[in-house]
Amino acid sequence: MARSVTQQRKAINTVAAWAVGLLIFFPILWTILTSFKTEAQAINDPPLFFFFDWTLENYAVVQERSDYMRFLWNSIAIAGGSTVLGIIIAIPAAWSMAFVPSKRTKDILLWMLSTKMLPAVGVLYPIYLIFIRLGMLDSRTGLIIVLMLCNLPIIVWMLYTYFKEIPGEILEAARMDGAGLKEEILYVLTPMAIPGIASTLLLNIILAWNEAFWTLNLTAAKAAPLTAFIASYSSPEGLFYAKLSAASTMAIAPILILGWFSQKQLVRGLTFGAVK
Amino acid sequence: MYLRNALCAASALAVMAAGAVQAETTVTIATVNNGDMIRMQGLADDFTAQHPDIKLEWVTLEENVLRQRVTQDIASKGGQFDVMTIGTYEVPIWAKNNWLVSLNDMPSEWDADDILPAIRGGLTVDGNLYAAPFYGESSMVMYRTDLMEKAGLEMPDAPTWEFIKEAAAGMTDKDSEVYGICLRGKAGWGENMAFLTAMSNSFGAKWFDENWTAQFDSEAWKTTLTFYMDLMTNYGPPGASTNGFNENLSLFQQGKCGMWIDATVAASFVTNPNDSTVADKVGFALAPDNGLGKRGNWLWAWTLAVPAGSDATDEAKTFIEWATSKSYTELVASKEGWANVPPGTRTSLYENQNYLDAAPFAEMTLNSINAADPTNPSVDPVPYTGVQFVAIPEFAGIGTQVGQEFSAALAGQQSVDEALAKAQALTTDEMEAAGY
Repeated sequence: MARSVTQQRKAINTVAAWAVGLLIFFPILWTILTSFKTEAQAINDPPLFFFFDWTLENYAVVQERSDYMRFLWNSIAIAGGSTVLGIIIAIPAAWSMAFVPSKRTKDILLWMLSTKMLPAVGVLYPIYLIFIRLGMLDSRTGLIIVLMLCNLPIIVWMLYTYFKEIPGEILEAARMDGAGLKEEILYVLTPMAIPGIASTLLLNIILAWNEAFWTLNLTAAKAAPLTAFIASYSSPEGLFYAKLSAASTMAIAPILILGWFSQKQLVRGLTFGAVK
Repeated sequence: MYLRNALCAASALAVMAAGAVQAETTVTIATVNNGDMIRMQGLADDFTAQHPDIKLEWVTLEENVLRQRVTQDIASKGGQFDVMTIGTYEVPIWAKNNWLVSLNDMPSEWDADDILPAIRGGLTVDGNLYAAPFYGESSMVMYRTDLMEKAGLEMPDAPTWEFIKEAAAGMTDKDSEVYGICLRGKAGWGENMAFLTAMSNSFGAKWFDENWTAQFDSEAWKTTLTFYMDLMTNYGPPGASTNGFNENLSLFQQGKCGMWIDATVAASFVTNPNDSTVADKVGFALAPDNGLGKRGNWLWAWTLAVPAGSDATDEAKTFIEWATSKSYTELVASKEGWANVPPGTRTSLYENQNYLDAAPFAEMTLNSINAADPTNPSVDPVPYTGVQFVAIPEFAGIGTQVGQEFSAALAGQQSVDEALAKAQALTTDEMEAAGY
């Protein structure tokens, strides 16, 4: 009897999980479907699901009108650059907080996180003016720095929670064997925290890839990433949903593929530490 | 010896290449994504062929994002853009702030005198022209000829609001999902307030009296808003409080609207058989009036202007000269047909028989533009310019807030009286805070 209840519960859980999963995935599915419709089909009432004349016209128009590869390269450079730079800064920071905490470590951690509660638009003008002075408007370098700073609290927090899981005695043993600080972090701590670092890396690439506020406000033509590519297909006068959907599908495709192949790593990392 | 010669040649080539790169000036153009602008991008090779020393970079953004970006850039002198696409609302305000470069020195072949007087007037401040119109538009009535006939009515060229109400009642068939009239209801100064401000002019209402006192407590505003609510509640589509231009366009194209009063630029969309199911059943008429001497139509132009922070002013002007010239119109006509040339900016276009033959809505567009007077928008004298907006910097914020109140009334969340009382209070507060 107990076994059948478990089976039943398992079935319910499975159905519920699929239902929630499909619900979450539905907007993406709808975007992909719309990208294969004509503009007239895209606004059809009742909405058309699968039975319409599929067309690649929107992709052809988007390819013709925009330099997709340039936007893609900017996204890769900005998301990758900001994440790698963030990890390089965050590993020593998280190490010190996890293994040599001070009286104020918890306060500093909370303070770092509190910066995420500040509305970004509140610091737009100061940063914009600084960028003008430094000549960094519409540059990948500028965006890498800004996005790195935006995501740094999350990177430090995630690494801190992973590092806390590692017994301090192992590092102590390494020190007794004559390892310096550099060797301890590079050759002992980092290899043991690889799953955590990998999931931090992936999550931050996703966050930086999807970031739209700073990437739209601090770029123009040269450093504009895929968020600007999507934004350029919204129109004040005239139907644009199908073309916008094609542009969105092209923009999210790389990150969807990356997410698909690394989902195991991502889930393992996310359920491992305190960010549960 | 051979190696040395080769190195010398390579160095000379490198220096020449560097010189060539240095000689090339980049002009960055911020623009919106609409048909005419996209067409301009597609034809830009013609410009670069004529000016190989000028490289064009395009930044296409959604309208509201573009507005925020270019305002931010121009106010902080960021210099990210050399040519900006701005509307008739921004031009007089920015010109007064010395944010724009005057275009008075455009060459005589460009023919500034050919620009439609109503449009040119909106782009001129203290006698100086600050932007070149790329395309202009007004608003008019687009209606279904078949439904009008079925209702036993005939649309006059210049209808009254009472006739519009009668026609809306006659055409509405809610069981078949056909609604007599579709109007903007989505909140925003450029959305429902563009329509309602223009409509209120024909009812004798105004935003401010000559002392800059808000006028939403006037009888004329109450009549305007009550009439609009009555139309939309009885004959409008469901969920109209979230409908803007594109939502109404899709309703009309699917045959769900008997009439639609909106931008003249929509005429080419609703008559396009590729997208519209009613392409061959559309008629046009002037925006309605109430016999008070003002029609409920607006006046808008997307223009190209050079920001004061640009470091390529001459090249930017050269581009603007190309994009807003008569020869550009001919270029578009030769590549994509006369029906696709940017409308509403030049008198000569409306004297061109090829254009008049290709665009059945041309005459109505010109009449609508000419019927709007941005310097004298309302029945009574007012201290501001602008037909569907008030050309003061505070208007974008106030207009959107008032639009939210009116949209909430349309959604049934409050009464007309409540919406007007809130509009009056918030406008008064904002204007006092701004020092008027």
